[in-house]
Amino acid sequence: MMLKGKAWKYGDDVDTDVIIPARYLNTSDPAELAKHCMEDIDRGYASKVSPGDFIVAGKNFGCGSSREHAPIAIKASGASAVIARSFARIFYRNAFNMGLPIFEAPQAVGEIDAGDLLYVDMERGALRNETKKKEYRIAPVPPFMQELVAAGGLLNYMAARRKGK
Amino acid sequence: MGMTLTEKILARHAAKDRVEPGELILARVDLALGNDVTSPIAIEAVRKMGVKAVFDREKIALVPDHFAPNKDIKSAEQIRMMREFARAYGIVNYFEVGRMGIEHVLLPDEGLVVPGDLVIGADSHTCTYGALCAFSTGVGSTDLAAAMISGEVWLKVPESIRIALSGRPGKWVEGKDVILHIIGKIGVDGALYQAMEYAGDGLTSLPMAWRFTMSNMAIEAGAKNGIFPFDETTRAYADGRTKRRYEVVTADRDARYAGEIAVDMSSLEPQVAFPHLPENTRPLSQVGNVPIDQVVVGSCTNGRIEDLRSAAAVLKGRKVHDAVRMLVFPATQEIYLQAMREGLMEVFVMAGAAFSTPTCGPCLGGHMGILAKGERAIATTNRNFVGRMGHPESEVYLANPAIAAASAVLGRIGGPDEIR
Ligand code: SF4
Repeated sequence: MMLKGKAWKYGDDVDTDVIIPARYLNTSDPAELAKHCMEDIDRGYASKVSPGDFIVAGKNFGCGSSREHAPIAIKASGASAVIARSFARIFYRNAFNMGLPIFEAPQAVGEIDAGDLLYVDMERGALRNETKKKEYRIAPVPPFMQELVAAGGLLNYMAARRKGK
Repeated sequence: MGMTLTEKILARHAAKDRVEPGELILARVDLALGNDVTSPIAIEAVRKMGVKAVFDREKIALVPDHFAPNKDIKSAEQIRMMREFARAYGIVNYFEVGRMGIEHVLLPDEGLVVPGDLVIGADSHTCTYGALCAFSTGVGSTDLAAAMISGEVWLKVPESIRIALSGRPGKWVEGKDVILHIIGKIGVDGALYQAMEYAGDGLTSLPMAWRFTMSNMAIEAGAKNGIFPFDETTRAYADGRTKRRYEVVTADRDARYAGEIAVDMSSLEPQVAFPHLPENTRPLSQVGNVPIDQVVVGSCTNGRIEDLRSAAAVLKGRKVHDAVRMLVFPATQEIYLQAMREGLMEVFVMAGAAFSTPTCGPCLGGHMGILAKGERAIATTNRNFVGRMGHPESEVYLANPAIAAASAVLGRIGGPDEIR
């Protein structure tokens, strides 16, 4: 799977309250959550993000609560993936389980500026910064995880596999 | 290049010859656990998918312990949902009130986890079973749902750090103090993503109960799991409890570790973690005068029979201080019965402590011992976050059972040697 879009750049320790503030947790409707995604650090994000764009951040992205709403909001906002130096452990799981691909790319993150055009090749494990003309290796996403992302999350993936059996 | 204990167990369960840190794998689970807080969400997901059967009726454990016996109407409904699901899907290991216990003490004691297993649980302290040389870690409710259906979980292979233990713990020093010391040293994210692998010649002086405590609190250092190598102590525990056959896994001599932390256990004093993080540890001699309102002995960290014995030995023939409420929670019905047989229950009641049926209760500020504004407790539990045991302005100090019991007598935090 190939992903393509421009970068929205943030700092370290972006927590789940920033990704989707607790005051909006009375709904689990993805479209509704997407409207408020990142609004406490970036009011412009939710209205200006284009389908396929990437959230690029520093270390420990997604720390804080175990709410599954956080990756849901990012995915519904149109972003195709999150690229960060590192992720908080439970966010990492939740993201894949909700069908949002994420990549750890410490070196690339340091050299990406907001607005850079990025390409990610999930099979090959390559990240290309088209604006800076640089390519980085990232851990390739194994086939089953790609299927999981393609299916739209863990439960859909399971359902599809069961039908196939 | 060789593999660590964690890498070996993960490789086996992913049907691979080897795995590398950072690699994502799809692994087979030997046991999937849910409690009354996390399984309702997973159960809804399973039902919504129209799945009629779980992957294996014997490899799922459902334990109502957080708000059981039913704390209020909402918890009664949650637990009913678990009970009905267990019946409808024929889940063998559902533990009803009266036959239950705190999940992380109950499952290994019932022989449901054996060395070499891969266990996931929708509860962060699922890492407890590492004491048995098993890989176990906490996951979310969606993961639990998927595991109940498929018997599989995806995992990212963690790097391992080696915790080299030497020396023999001195008087009043227990496994709790060793792990509190480690957390104090490396911090609450000191082992983030990583596997903590205990090693060294100090291992032989650690009984099973202490090992469980040390694996239990691996998560308090951010670790994914905390694993002990298999030895005679493990064998004696496992063989007495399980009918399942198991295979012993050992780390390779040339296994690769991301780091090493050396701990000389003989140099340690009992440790006390101050509010509001487990990393705020101080040796007992530097605690100062901290008066307390409540003492809690119990939880998945220190609610085993050895812990009750340790507290009772200090309390025997003494009285809980007038200004203090002391609550004792054996972790399982089996431990409750054993405490009764050994006369420990009598020691506690005669000293003026409350002795309760098993539950998580006060550990998470659920019920049975909530703190009021400004109150202070010393507890043998694992977390002392803001508001963990009640009001956001209350305080929790963490310690081992002997220190907790001594503090109950003293009315302030202190050790057994300070009691006249
Ligand atoms: S005793 Fe406390 S830490 Fe252990 S499972 Fe229960 S609530 Fe969680």
